[in-house]
Amino acid sequence: MAIIETHGLGYDYIRRDDDGNVSGITRAVNNIDLEVEKGEFIAVLGGNGSGKSTLAKHINAILYPTEGYVLVDGKNTKDEDSIWDIRQKAGMVFQNPDNQIIGSVVEEDVGFGPENMGIPTGGIWERVEESLKTLGMWEYRKHSPMKLSGGQKQRVAIAGVVAMHPECIIMDEPTAMLDPSGRKEVIRAARALNDVEKVTIILITHYMEEVIYADRVFVMEKGEIKMTGTPREIFSRVDELKDLRLTVPQATSLAYELKKSGMISLPDGILSEEELVREICRSYSIM
Amino acid sequence: MMDITFGQYYQTESRLHRLDPRVKLAGTLIFIFSLFITQNISCYIIATIFLICVVLLSNVPPLMILKGMKPIIMIMLITVLFNLFLTPGIPMVSFWRFTITEEGAKNAAFTAVRLMYLVTGSTILTLTTSPNNLTDGMEKGLGFLKLFKLPVHEIAMMMSIALRFIPILMEETDKIIKAQTARGADFESGGMIRRAKALVPILVPLFVSAFRRANDLALAMEARCYHGGEGRTKMKPLIYKAWDIRAYVVLLCYISLIIIFAIYNPI
Repeated sequence: MAIIETHGLGYDYIRRDDDGNVSGITRAVNNIDLEVEKGEFIAVLGGNGSGKSTLAKHINAILYPTEGYVLVDGKNTKDEDSIWDIRQKAGMVFQNPDNQIIGSVVEEDVGFGPENMGIPTGGIWERVEESLKTLGMWEYRKHSPMKLSGGQKQRVAIAGVVAMHPECIIMDEPTAMLDPSGRKEVIRAARALNDVEKVTIILITHYMEEVIYADRVFVMEKGEIKMTGTPREIFSRVDELKDLRLTVPQATSLAYELKKSGMISLPDGILSEEELVREICRSYSIM
Repeated sequence: MMDITFGQYYQTESRLHRLDPRVKLAGTLIFIFSLFITQNISCYIIATIFLICVVLLSNVPPLMILKGMKPIIMIMLITVLFNLFLTPGIPMVSFWRFTITEEGAKNAAFTAVRLMYLVTGSTILTLTTSPNNLTDGMEKGLGFLKLFKLPVHEIAMMMSIALRFIPILMEETDKIIKAQTARGADFESGGMIRRAKALVPILVPLFVSAFRRANDLALAMEARCYHGGEGRTKMKPLIYKAWDIRAYVVLLCYISLIIIFAIYNPI
């Protein structure tokens, strides 16, 4: 069964003037149908204002659809009785690491979610230990989050969600405010969670390099899903991506240009530098 | 970067750190209360000994504690000066229009010491108690106020969040000041009014960002199933241990001693 399903999802942001009259309506997402299976690693790509964050907030029942509906593990997010259940099942990691860490000691922050769920004290400690160890932050448990690097803070935030034993984690641009090494840390953590713990991951990003590990990629533009497919399928459509103002990874771009110029024959959708080198070597050895 | 120790937890292992926050809260209140009922030297000597013992027990470098004194130096100076010159009594020194009286000198000294101890006492509380722990203590210690429809849990939660955001907002203020200085803002020259006006371009962006942060944080808390104090369990529940009881006994001895000396006033 699909863990997340949306049917004809649409959402309007309503702007009001000072008197409370509606002064404008912006459609942030429009007519989105998607299904995510348990254990999948999904990446959602899109430029600024493409509606990807709005979509993410629907899955966590922070926003409610104007049109259509969202099902998380079979439960409708509009149903008020199941809202806490949904938020526990579908955890969310946000962009700014400083603004989502509630505790002033790492372990207290990780314990915040389980505390809210009403887990008994012993169980909270087990969960905190387990999730901090999974994220490799166990030795920092007594530290103040202020003193950690951006990547570490974001791992603490992820640990805080993992401690709630979610089946699905939505990461809303978790790497947007990090340096390259912090970005790698977070992506590695996300992949490990998906591989080892079989947690469904929905990674929202505008960095192309981060989507190459995903099982499926959704490309969004103006509130609609424009492309769906494996990273390889998506990256072989370089022209379409360029029309959506998205830049493909350098290796993919180079391979594409080489191929277009007719110099060598390369397969479609090359994802990484190593792969490009291997393919070039192979094409020359054939000739 | 600006430095502020108030509301900053100093991570280390000590008996004071492990003490139940309710004891520490009660202790701080008792200490403050003791400072206000005393007007004689013997009481101040007891308070000083008590304070020194507490500082030694806390394992916090004394310099850290002294740093907490910085923000109140101005207030201290003003109160000391007022006390020094405006207390009527037997004149001691007098020059031009000012006279320093014996009572004035005594009052000024006591006020200075009192303020210093006040800040030191509360700084030790925040240095040895993590904000979460502190608010936990308040929540449980003042839990009876719920009967009067006071939202104790909510207030405690707001306080702990406010404390956590102090360093972040300080950092932000620093950044904004630098950004405005880079654009030619002048915070140093001019009179009082001009300087106060110069603060506007700092405060406005600071407020905007504080609201944005608050919004983000509220979202993050809701996403992690926060729904008020109801049905919430504790990761670190507060249970009194033998050491806490002993601390209460020490506090009781201390305050009785102070009261006895305050009443019988030997010196």
